[in-house]
Amino acid sequence: MSRTIEPDMVRHIAKLSRIELSEEQLATFGRQLADILEYFDKLAELDTTNVEPLAHAVEIHNVLAEDTPRPSLSADAALANAPQRDGDFFMVPKVIGDSL
Amino acid sequence: MIDAADNVTPVIGLEIHVELATATKMFCRCRNHFGDPPNTNVCPVCIGMPGVLPVMNAKAVELALKVGTALNCTVAEFTKWDRKGYYYPDLPKNYQISQYDLPLSLNGWLEAPLAEGAVKKIRIRRAHLEEDAGKNVHDHPAHTGVDLNRAGVPLLEIVTEPDMNAVEEVMSLARAMHRLVRWLGASEANMQMGQMRFEPNINLHIAHGGAIHKTPIVEVKNLNSFRALERTVEYEIHRQYEAWQADPDGFRLEKMGKQNRGYDDAREQTVFQREKEEAHDYRYFPDPDLVGVVVDRPWRERIRAGIGELPLARRGRYMDGYKLTFKEADALTQDAATGDLLDSAVAAGADAKRCVNLLLGRGAAIANERGCSIAQIGITPAALAELAGMLSGGTINATAAAKVFDTVVLESGSPMVIAREQGLLAVRDGGAIEAWVDTAIAANPQAVADVQAGGKQQKKAFGFLMGQVMQLSRGTAEPGEVQRLLRSKLGIPVTD
Amino acid sequence: MNDLSNLSALELRDAIAGGTVSAVRAVDAYLEAIARREPAVGAYNEVLAERAMEQAAAIDRKRQSGRPIGPLGGLPLAIKDNLCTSYGRTTCASKMLANFQAPYTATAVARLEAAGAIVLGKTNMDEFAMGSSTENSGFRPTANPWDASRVPGGSSGGSAAAVSARLCAAALGSDTGGSIRQPAAFCGVVGMKPTYGRVSRFGLVAYGSSLDQIGPVTQNVADCALLLGAIAGGDPADSTCLDRPVGDYLIELEKPIEHLRVGLPREFFSQALDAEIASSIRLAAEVYQSLGATIVDVSLPHSRIDVDGEGKVSSYAVACYYIVAMAEASSNLARYDGVHYGHRTARDVEDIVDLYCKTREEGFGSEVKRRILLGTYALSSGYYDAYYLKALRVRRLIKNDFDAAFGHCDLLLCPVAPTTAFRLGEKTADPLTMYLEDIYTISVNLAGLPGLSLPAGLSKTGLPIGMQLIGPVFSEDRLLRAGRMYEKASGVSGLRPEMTKK
Repeated sequence: MSRTIEPDMVRHIAKLSRIELSEEQLATFGRQLADILEYFDKLAELDTTNVEPLAHAVEIHNVLAEDTPRPSLSADAALANAPQRDGDFFMVPKVIGDSL
Repeated sequence: MIDAADNVTPVIGLEIHVELATATKMFCRCRNHFGDPPNTNVCPVCIGMPGVLPVMNAKAVELALKVGTALNCTVAEFTKWDRKGYYYPDLPKNYQISQYDLPLSLNGWLEAPLAEGAVKKIRIRRAHLEEDAGKNVHDHPAHTGVDLNRAGVPLLEIVTEPDMNAVEEVMSLARAMHRLVRWLGASEANMQMGQMRFEPNINLHIAHGGAIHKTPIVEVKNLNSFRALERTVEYEIHRQYEAWQADPDGFRLEKMGKQNRGYDDAREQTVFQREKEEAHDYRYFPDPDLVGVVVDRPWRERIRAGIGELPLARRGRYMDGYKLTFKEADALTQDAATGDLLDSAVAAGADAKRCVNLLLGRGAAIANERGCSIAQIGITPAALAELAGMLSGGTINATAAAKVFDTVVLESGSPMVIAREQGLLAVRDGGAIEAWVDTAIAANPQAVADVQAGGKQQKKAFGFLMGQVMQLSRGTAEPGEVQRLLRSKLGIPVTD
Repeated sequence: MNDLSNLSALELRDAIAGGTVSAVRAVDAYLEAIARREPAVGAYNEVLAERAMEQAAAIDRKRQSGRPIGPLGGLPLAIKDNLCTSYGRTTCASKMLANFQAPYTATAVARLEAAGAIVLGKTNMDEFAMGSSTENSGFRPTANPWDASRVPGGSSGGSAAAVSARLCAAALGSDTGGSIRQPAAFCGVVGMKPTYGRVSRFGLVAYGSSLDQIGPVTQNVADCALLLGAIAGGDPADSTCLDRPVGDYLIELEKPIEHLRVGLPREFFSQALDAEIASSIRLAAEVYQSLGATIVDVSLPHSRIDVDGEGKVSSYAVACYYIVAMAEASSNLARYDGVHYGHRTARDVEDIVDLYCKTREEGFGSEVKRRILLGTYALSSGYYDAYYLKALRVRRLIKNDFDAAFGHCDLLLCPVAPTTAFRLGEKTADPLTMYLEDIYTISVNLAGLPGLSLPAGLSKTGLPIGMQLIGPVFSEDRLLRAGRMYEKASGVSGLRPEMTKK
């Protein structure tokens, strides 16, 4: 039972992932993704009712830092790796508003 | 205009973003400070450089717990961090560290004060901690600049249930929240600095033809002032009603779902906004770089104990205990420190009412001039208590006390010493007062004539002469004695 | 004899401390070895010759003036190129970060340097540590020093090849699903994946954050103990790193463990395993038996390896691992978008989304893209429960299996990889075949356990065969001692490929 992934689905995932894919890549990745997902489906064999998810292998908690300032980078150091800057700002194509 | 025949109920909920008043950011130790030059409060962690890791700020967790507790929420025994994925240049990691299924606080309420004394309980759905995004600067026509100073600032997101049904209720809740977070020291909540932002969601339930029509829910992001919030809610209520009237079958929640609109500051109205693509697939999952927070009972109790009396409780106590009017009590509970000042002075033995008169008289006037709270004008509880005591004991009268109050605020020091140095202590010595009375009578024959003539001008002229005497005494003469002597010298009855 | 390749790191350390070899000479010798053998191996992305010489001179001055030079004083080490250094570049072997200069140094690297070590250079790897052969490097593949037509394993292939070819005294790698242990096995060197939380991840470019650990890649077990002791321990910059005391792993290293119970996980000896490797592991078990250990049959049902009628291999652990790792990777790698650092497309863009999409298309290789796409899928609405959440539940089952097994034994002995080093290009066509390279190593990462990979011997064709020791959390000392027991009893230690003997 070989599964397939619709090109629209691959396109949607690529968009969510912000990766441009050519039509050819779309087809290749579609096939590979289907194979791998089929492999992943093996997990469905296991009954995991009442099994707590394990997100951290070593379960610790309450690791908190004191609210005491430490030196920041200078704007120049912060922007040293920036592909494009405008004065002391990172520069990007026009966007609207802030995200929050 | 809304047709009264249509029974229209606005249904409004609020999301409130509050930046916490910490010294450093949520997950790194860069300063949390507004107004610095761009990209100077940044480090590899808040720039989201490869390989760096977040470490949570103890103070931010503490302040968030305080607000959650004050909002009567259930504080989670275990809370954790999740990543919320979306791409935007002000979010350097392209995910925001937030809390998804196990927020810090759940299911509380806050009382929104309505007309004198009445309140409405607005339910709080949740309050969770997250990191703020940076700022996109749009002053260039062709591109955007990104400043990450704000990126990573601790942000408490408080979500109410849609329990508000009128713009007044929204504004009252918003103001109560503003007062509360400042009261707790959890946030400066300065709106010009974006430290408190509102996101109302608004729709209408319209009883029409035996059915309830629900208009699409509109969410308006990033409102930075009470005025913007008020205008948005007012505008939306009318806009939605008109849109429904124009198309009662189409303009419905079940057909159009939720919508985002923006707020146009200049026009003071909301505007259509294109949906961001895939805005709703945030791909939340637990952040593997952070560990959970266990809030045990001793910790919860310590937080509770640290909260103290909240504004509405204090206002009630002032009305009942100090016998203040609603207006007085309300004015004294705008912030925690002013009431603390009053309470300390009373605890030092002063009469509450006299303290209140001083604080709401010259105190409020000075605070108003300076644009600060009464507590911030700089009078100590001891000085306030001493001055109130002098008033009670008659060592000073109200006029002179106001002058002493001003001097204490400017130069500090003991009111008694200041009053003595400036010769402002009450003068009861009959001889001294008599001399001032005689001088005033001699200098103002017209007023004397008007008093003695009786009739319409008498009261005014008598007041004028009283004022002249008080001026000659620089406010120190005991007013009762002045009145008695004036009356007897002018030959009018001693009592009214 | 200018070549110091006959000295282990520990021996070289002692020679420098004793003054018989200067740090400058040590660095010089390795730079010379690099000049001679590196062109055939391709282990390094960047050699920091000048800086290394300066550091060496400073160490020598220190020693001459009688000041302590540290427990690693003068040791020339190689660092995997996903560990940030405030000097040179940190590329993760990706075009995306080809010119990235980190303004900080990873805690593990900083600790090595604080202990006197000298960083010789940054080693090649699979791009963003995604791969098992180093063929996914965005720059070029690395050759296995034992056979240049074969891969060194991956993703820490550059570090393993560098140690194997004696192009450094020892190295650091990172291990998310076997990325230290498998290349160590392929190259005939020792590699350890410490307990999750034993070594700070600060400065390690994240792939699967809940699985990643930094660890040593060394010539022998003692060197491994030396390096681990230097890098382990709590770090306020990493919330997931435990502040738990670090012992001196060398002190009791030579002392054999008495009454050792060695567990053989029966599920690992299926037909998926190369027969020669299976017999090597059984031989190793006999060596332990001869040293007084008891061999115990244990079961790890959820790490089972199934082979169907057509020879198709499958495993719950592999499925679980790849879902978790890819989901985390899809989020961890979201930051590479051409805005704040790294590659940005030079093509014209319509808007910011277009900028992101083109930048990421150009900057990432296909394996990285594949994993981001799959991880995004596993977390996306409608699939989260079936994939990601399901994988987390299976992860719990896998961990529980280990907990149960350690009720019956002190450590597990098992293979590292199903085969010896395979040929370049042999497994690049089908990503799934490559994923199966990790069947014996990934469960350890899912459960957060320490795993030690050390050479068991050589195959008939002269390729190294590795063996793996797995212990409960924080049992690194036990694994190292048990590894040392094997080295001594079998005489398999400090294996050197022919190229280092010329």
